[in-house]
Amino acid sequence: MADVATRPAAPPDFSKVSLGALRRYYVGEFAASAANNLAYRGAVAIWVVTTVIQPMVSIVVWRTVAGPGGEVSGFNASEFVTYFAVTMLVEHLTFIWLMWEFEWRIRTGAMSPLLLRPIHPIHKDVCENLSYKLIGLVGVLPAMVLLVIGFGGDVSGIGVVQVLTFLPALVLAMAVRFLLEWVLALSAFWVTKTSALNNLYFALFLFLSGSFAPLAVLPEAVRTLAYVSPFPWIVSFPVELALGRRTGAEVWVGYLAQVGWVLVALVLLRVVWRRAVRVYSAVGS
Amino acid sequence: MTGGRVGADWTSGPRVAPGEGGLAGLVRHDLRILRTYLSLGVLNLVQYRSDFVLSVVNAVITLATQVLGLSVIFSRTTDLAGWGVYDLLVLIGVHFLIGGVLGLVVRPSMEAMMEGIRLGTFDFTLVKPADSQLLASVQVVRPQALVDVLVGLGVVVFGVTRVQASLSVVDVVLSLLTLLCGLVVVYSFILALSTMAFWFVRLDNVLVIFQSLFGEAGRWPVTIFPGWLRIVLTFAVPVAFAVTVPSEALTGRLSLTSALSAAGLALLFFAASRWFWFFALRRYTGASA
Repeated sequence: MADVATRPAAPPDFSKVSLGALRRYYVGEFAASAANNLAYRGAVAIWVVTTVIQPMVSIVVWRTVAGPGGEVSGFNASEFVTYFAVTMLVEHLTFIWLMWEFEWRIRTGAMSPLLLRPIHPIHKDVCENLSYKLIGLVGVLPAMVLLVIGFGGDVSGIGVVQVLTFLPALVLAMAVRFLLEWVLALSAFWVTKTSALNNLYFALFLFLSGSFAPLAVLPEAVRTLAYVSPFPWIVSFPVELALGRRTGAEVWVGYLAQVGWVLVALVLLRVVWRRAVRVYSAVGS
Repeated sequence: MTGGRVGADWTSGPRVAPGEGGLAGLVRHDLRILRTYLSLGVLNLVQYRSDFVLSVVNAVITLATQVLGLSVIFSRTTDLAGWGVYDLLVLIGVHFLIGGVLGLVVRPSMEAMMEGIRLGTFDFTLVKPADSQLLASVQVVRPQALVDVLVGLGVVVFGVTRVQASLSVVDVVLSLLTLLCGLVVVYSFILALSTMAFWFVRLDNVLVIFQSLFGEAGRWPVTIFPGWLRIVLTFAVPVAFAVTVPSEALTGRLSLTSALSAAGLALLFFAASRWFWFFALRRYTGASA
């Protein structure tokens, strides 16, 4: 970040923020948004309830498809239950809502004060996102256990090793998805109504990430398409690690793919952000 | 009776505009109100035409996602708890249709009502010389949701022509009847939920839960859900009567008991929600009090 801006209308320059200042900023911002989320814990609780509904419906549907004693592409009914219960945890910890919020930020001019700060706005979003997710865990973790118990999930494949390989994959998945969807959110700088674009993205995400069904269940062509996209590394890969369905070299290939996508997303973020702030014209300016 | 009457008179039920009398006049008055709000909605839409295009695109994406989901499921099975692929397509169509009607007038009006209670502007609605429940329920019309209604109708017609069972006139009448009952049940449920805003001011998130249940669980026949969930989805959050029962009628699997209980439940829900509405209004003190 050595290119100090010299032109009058140059993009904001955040290179002067030192690591120490950044650390202090994170502590403060995180505390502030955690306090905010705790104050509106009712709203957080309601969002957590909505998080449970989709995996619950998926469990019911796929359990019915598998039938008692039956199997679909290596998943029996109780393995589907565990798959979608863990998927719920991964979904909760990786999802971000900013692609819906950016449209509002731009339209109302709420973006302007964020751009005037001497720090990249992504840091504020990271803090808000993390604090929401941590507080939401209080509801999501028990819900996951309840889903597994209530629908009779099979947890025999989950052990210490599986959890330990799952955790780094989860953190990398959070990074990949946050960065990619933050870049997607930047589309609001060009397009005033982003709902169609967002819906298209979520439709792709649903099938290619493994949220709708385990990738093994999908048709061959869709699975091939999925593996050239970043999506399986966001949901399917960590979930299958937790279930003990990926072992040996597959684990390392997966980590590498995740790191690769983080790097790609970082480059994208840098390129798109620079262009985005150049086309920004605030409401009222 | 002109506007401006306040106090206990809010709760005295529907009133007639000057110069009209009787039930016929009442209905005519109510229909005129409905027509006025509908045309206001259309005027708004004509103003923002690109919104309409956008909702077409969004409906197409949603439909494609659901059809793709069905094709994945039915590549692995031939039926889902007795429902074939075209039966489920009919169900998806009904879901679109009901969701469209809710999005057309019920949800936007209820959101506006809750916002009005929060801000205090709801008092202006109450002093108007018409049925307060009707005014609150039709005050905002979002014609973009007509796209969902039309897509739903199209999918239902397509699905019904592919389903093996042939429909008699009785079946068609029953289907329309159960559809109407379903709409009444869901409308009454949402009205009752929103009415609670008189006590708990911030309630918009509760509608989010309903929306999510309706959007996710409503797209499947309620019969696939295990016991307690089926009861919740039938009576507590009556998604089943809105979507599954009309779809059963359209795919020729409706029993007379289901049809009768749908009608009974619709009446019950409507009466209960209307009673609750006036009960709440009697306790409402207005924003300035």
